[in-house]
Amino acid sequence: MHSCCKATHTCNTFARNVVAVLARVTTFAIDGIDPREVSVEVDIRSGLPSFSIVGLGDTAVRESRERVRSAILNSGFEFPQRRITVNLAPAFLRKVGPGFDAAMALALLAASGQLPPVDLVGVAAFGELSLSGGLRDCAGALAVAEGAHRSGIPRLIVPRERAAEAALVDGIVVLGVSDLRAAADAATGARLPPEPVRRELRSSTGGPDLADVRGHELPILALQIAAAGSHNVLLEGPPGTGKTMLARRLPSILPLLARSQALEVTRIHSIAGLHANGLLSTRPFRAPHHTISAAGLVGGGVPPRPGEATLAHRGVLFLDELSEFNRPTLEALRQPLEDGEVAIVRGQRTLTLPTRFMLVGATNPCPCGFAGDAMRCTCTESDLRRHWRRLSGPLLDRMDLLVDVQRPTESALRAPPALDSETARARVSEARDRQLARLRGSGATCNGEMDSRQVRDHVRLASGAEEAISRAYASGVLSARGRHRVLRVARTIADLESHERVLESDILLALSMRQRGTRDEGRRAA
Amino acid sequence: MSAHDPGTSRRMSAHDPDRSHRRAAPPSACDRCLARPWLLSRLSAHLDRVRGRIQEVLTLGDEQLVEAVAGRDADRIARERDAFDPRVSRERAAAAGLQSICCCSPRYPRRLRSVAGAPTMLFVTGELVSFLELCEADPVAIVGSRRASSYGLEVARSLGRELGRAGLPVISGMAIGVDAAAHEGAIEAQAPTIAVLPGSPDRPTPASKRALHRSIVSGGAALSEAGPGSQVRPWCFTARNRVVAGLAAMTVVVEASERSGALLTARIAGELGRRVGAVPGRVDSPNATGPNGLLAGGATVVRSAQDIVDSLYGAGRVTVAADQRPALSGEGRRVYEALAAGGDVASALAGVGVALSRGLAILSELELAGHIRRIGAGRYAVIP
Repeated sequence: MHSCCKATHTCNTFARNVVAVLARVTTFAIDGIDPREVSVEVDIRSGLPSFSIVGLGDTAVRESRERVRSAILNSGFEFPQRRITVNLAPAFLRKVGPGFDAAMALALLAASGQLPPVDLVGVAAFGELSLSGGLRDCAGALAVAEGAHRSGIPRLIVPRERAAEAALVDGIVVLGVSDLRAAADAATGARLPPEPVRRELRSSTGGPDLADVRGHELPILALQIAAAGSHNVLLEGPPGTGKTMLARRLPSILPLLARSQALEVTRIHSIAGLHANGLLSTRPFRAPHHTISAAGLVGGGVPPRPGEATLAHRGVLFLDELSEFNRPTLEALRQPLEDGEVAIVRGQRTLTLPTRFMLVGATNPCPCGFAGDAMRCTCTESDLRRHWRRLSGPLLDRMDLLVDVQRPTESALRAPPALDSETARARVSEARDRQLARLRGSGATCNGEMDSRQVRDHVRLASGAEEAISRAYASGVLSARGRHRVLRVARTIADLESHERVLESDILLALSMRQRGTRDEGRRAA
Repeated sequence: MSAHDPGTSRRMSAHDPDRSHRRAAPPSACDRCLARPWLLSRLSAHLDRVRGRIQEVLTLGDEQLVEAVAGRDADRIARERDAFDPRVSRERAAAAGLQSICCCSPRYPRRLRSVAGAPTMLFVTGELVSFLELCEADPVAIVGSRRASSYGLEVARSLGRELGRAGLPVISGMAIGVDAAAHEGAIEAQAPTIAVLPGSPDRPTPASKRALHRSIVSGGAALSEAGPGSQVRPWCFTARNRVVAGLAAMTVVVEASERSGALLTARIAGELGRRVGAVPGRVDSPNATGPNGLLAGGATVVRSAQDIVDSLYGAGRVTVAADQRPALSGEGRRVYEALAAGGDVASALAGVGVALSRGLAILSELELAGHIRRIGAGRYAVIP
């Protein structure tokens, strides 16, 4: 059936509607993290043999010519020696990467009469071709599947490695194939590949657990508070005391992802080429190196790609050695932190990427790392000020908690672990539920998101607490902004303790973990 | 120009054209005295070369000074000096909001006069008249290391606070470390304090102490022998020590390593026959070599401001106002004592045997009551 007469195809049913177009297959381009429908149109005319691709493709798309030609020939099909034009529509959308190969090859086969074009209606294809005709793994299958579902296309051809991932989307048939021949067979329905196994959410998250930690009682308490209220945290401590180790365990005590959230996270990670194995069940933990650029952190480039902030969406963004980061890079985090999304403007277009993550920073208390230890610390006050100036400002303002991480004592190292992640997560989830109930209809979903008005409306203080906070304010321990942050954290502590109103003890505990104020001790500590 | 020695200023005042020191008029400066800060500023680069002997060099009269330090530039500078226009200096001082007093005025600080080579001019930011009154109120200099430990900073701060309560003005150099902490202590007690700066008093030196400078000026005064626009050079810091020691009735060294300028201040104070005190430190701490050395040489042991007033007025004559903080008891007292013994938070709380979250709340209680101060994430300094 593939070697049908070339003379007959010019009057096929498909070509009747659009005169010049001989065959069309749908695929999807990835725009940021969203799929956009692209139709691959192939026109074959008589003339000198040529093969050109139009439609704003990048180098990988231009190089498709060679891959598609070889793949078609090596799969036992014929490559028409005529004038071939491939159009990727819409033309204004920039197309990136090799994922269009499969759709181009199928459309070409249909246009040259080797496949019946009717069979390709209702089929989307996605994947890179190898010269031998194999269909190679390609990032972003989940997004493509969601796009197919949204566009009402019932069948999707993807590389076999990506089938499990694409199958997470309900309502479409995913055909996971390993080469072009199998793709053609699947498209026509001649031979269907086995149905992919759907890997659903697992209840246990795996990953590092709090039960591995010895000592560190204070940081663990602080991490629970941070997780319960989604407060950003700054961990401060000498080198090698376990700041990174602790931060890595934060995802394990955050509430489990809902399926829709997990799908969103999996889609982002699939596009970034980080994941291809069913649904992600652990919250992401991203720890970019401090040499990262602003574009790498919040997303950017041409065409725009999601940055670490988006990869950490619904998870934890960990910035180790916070003072080593470029100041402009850190400042770029302001909008993502504030709005939970980042808008990247390129030319005429604006791309919005989700960035709802918890920020955990880690830093030495001073350049040498031994602040407070008068015998060992070699930093002068001006060293310290420089150190804090590098950190200070907008980013510190958005970190509600300041946590001291010290080397655990010998006896603490021998003691049994204080807590495992399962127990901690249960407490955290309960506290989150309380916040959700209280904040319903206010726009915020947890205490960390409350703005000053929401703090005023939703943080009810017991009389002792009222008195403690005004004493702290009067004595200059708190600034106006600091007062606000302490109230948010105290509300979370009260939620963890199931206190209806914020008690004095909650305020006092929150005060002990308060962030530095602008004219606070950071400047004069030596 | 040896006649123009501060020690002979009474004689000089007879031919002062300004007659600026009539009783009612605010003290001002005579032309001759105004030339001196101009000259020092002109010689600034040359003076750096003789920084080690700056105290001696500054006792020289104008002409000898030019000859001694200016080398090849001597003639040119001498000519420039003859052309010096005091009106320009006055205008610039007024523009910078500075008030000034020269050593020809009878109201020039009495104690400072006895310093050999005392500044001919003092430029003051803040209220000049109240500054002169403060100088009569037995000011105490609290000086020490720029790289003080948190213990040293807390001691300096609490001495400043207690002296403020006792009504003795604190004098210091507003430098990073002990100096600034002493000023801050006085300000916490809402008492006036005097900062002696190496450069023009309207400009905070170091610049990072801008906020402190503002609060010092609002209640007390910042002063300098250098006029507006003068460059701050290393010799200025050394020269400023003689003004600190000269103004103060007593000089107390809190923490100082062997090479600290605070020891120079103490030495000058000793030479002037003023009282010198020192806060004892740990013998193994490099910051304690200075004060411990002074103590070994017979300086007054200073454990609190009470020791200072006892030394100035005789034991038991004046009592420093009592601590107004609520008394400690129970768990709070035990945590406080554990911190005072030098433990970090975790071990202090573990030693007392309270649960972590309760322990952290106790720390905040202690902080709000003014017994401890947080000096970084999870680190607290005890306020004596």
